[in-house]
Amino acid sequence: MTPLLFGQIVLTLFVFVALLSSAAVMVYMERKVAAMLQQRLGPYLVGPKGLLQPFADVIKLMFKEELRPLAADPFLFALAPIISACAAFAAFAVVPFGAETTIFGWIPEGLRLQVADVNVAVLVIFAIASMSVYGIVLAGWSSNSKYSLLGGLRSSAQMISYELSYGLALASVLLVANSLSLTDIVNHQAGTWLGFIPKWFVVVQPVGFLIYMTAGIAETNRAPFDFPEAEQELVAGYHTEYSSMSFAMFFLAEYINMVTVSAVATDLFLGGWHGPFLPASLGWIWFLAKVGAILFFYIWMRWTLPRYRYDQLMRFGWKVLLPLAVINLLVTAAGVLYLGA
Amino acid sequence: MAPEALFYVFGAVAVIASLAVIGQRNPIYSVLLLIASFGALSGLYVLLDAPFVAVIQIIVYAGAIMVLFLFVVMLLNAPHEDTDYDERVHPLLRPGPMRFGAALAVALLAELGWALTRGETGDFGTASVPSVAAIGRALFTDYAFAFEVTSVLILVAMVGAVVLARRDAPGGR
Repeated sequence: MTPLLFGQIVLTLFVFVALLSSAAVMVYMERKVAAMLQQRLGPYLVGPKGLLQPFADVIKLMFKEELRPLAADPFLFALAPIISACAAFAAFAVVPFGAETTIFGWIPEGLRLQVADVNVAVLVIFAIASMSVYGIVLAGWSSNSKYSLLGGLRSSAQMISYELSYGLALASVLLVANSLSLTDIVNHQAGTWLGFIPKWFVVVQPVGFLIYMTAGIAETNRAPFDFPEAEQELVAGYHTEYSSMSFAMFFLAEYINMVTVSAVATDLFLGGWHGPFLPASLGWIWFLAKVGAILFFYIWMRWTLPRYRYDQLMRFGWKVLLPLAVINLLVTAAGVLYLGA
Repeated sequence: MAPEALFYVFGAVAVIASLAVIGQRNPIYSVLLLIASFGALSGLYVLLDAPFVAVIQIIVYAGAIMVLFLFVVMLLNAPHEDTDYDERVHPLLRPGPMRFGAALAVALLAELGWALTRGETGDFGTASVPSVAAIGRALFTDYAFAFEVTSVLILVAMVGAVVLARRDAPGGR
């Protein structure tokens, strides 16, 4: 086995484990930050500062009984959480998270910190996002429960509506970068203007960034767009009937999707692993810091803004966000055409 | 694994899933099998060195269109085909449409037979499918007419669907 291939396999496993643990970190962060925002202590009993709380949660979930409603469709009921979790993991495969590295000269050729360098990476992410809808729709339908079905329908309607704006925001970045490869897009953002303004696309595409983040929150079904789980109306939405590990799969998928959306936002708008002070080989530290900041923002938002009403969400998606995204795309296209990229 | 072996895997999945689509009693499973078939087709496109077409296949067909299919099936609560829910004959099951469908099936078989016996082989080995930029340029220059006409056609279909679906049309039923 060549060192490069070995490195690739290790990298793939590393990304898998890192995503799993990022979900654990997010669960802890969410509970701690929520507690801080509400002037509570949050989890503090399990381990130092409650750091072992996520593990306690997982162990509890594993020992719960796996329940399935009698009227549910057994095959689809089992398939739905698998689709959700697989789609969540698969999307990260094309996300680059650092510059090429030789791991301190350990391998001869540079290894890209990206599981698969696809030259249409941006579209692959979009495609996998459109696949993850099926997990939720099928969960809602196969449970054969009114709350689940309504939750599933709502969330898929929401994901389809916001996917358009999401895609258009991506397209405006593609126009500026003139490439579909995420690595190229990140490398396009190296350097600074006038010595201090970083060449990040958020500077040229502020509207695109806002649209991307808004649509990204809706895509991942997070507050204030968390309709699938609007507990006052729908109990727990599409995963009402799920318990034990199949519930955990949906939970995992939600957090991993958040991490992926944040990582893609970092690559597209915030310059990826480029940043001052650190050498290029340590760029992944910048990457982690930026993703962490966006994730913190996600949690902050959840505990700050109340949930919208469903019709408000739909109206906002179709009548505000989509036209805005189209105008942004047109202006960007005109700018690229007349000013050059 | 060699690309040839992958070709047979994807090909087999596409054919078997497509055949299974029409064998299902529950329309939801038909939709899912059709998605599987589209996924396999997308794999074939990757083998043909056309990643862009492959991804578009997933986004447009497996993603967008099939979600709408699933929606329709779920919202109309389409009953299992084996339930005797209604004795009235569905319009599509009356003799006229049945004959029309049979004629279409015969035409399809004839075309397939003609296409398969011509013995023509495309040369996919050397020419890789051009880049996204080249596809875009071709679409807006050489194929601009077909492209625009197709979009008008889709618009007409959309308007038609809105008109048909509107129950409270002024002066309507």
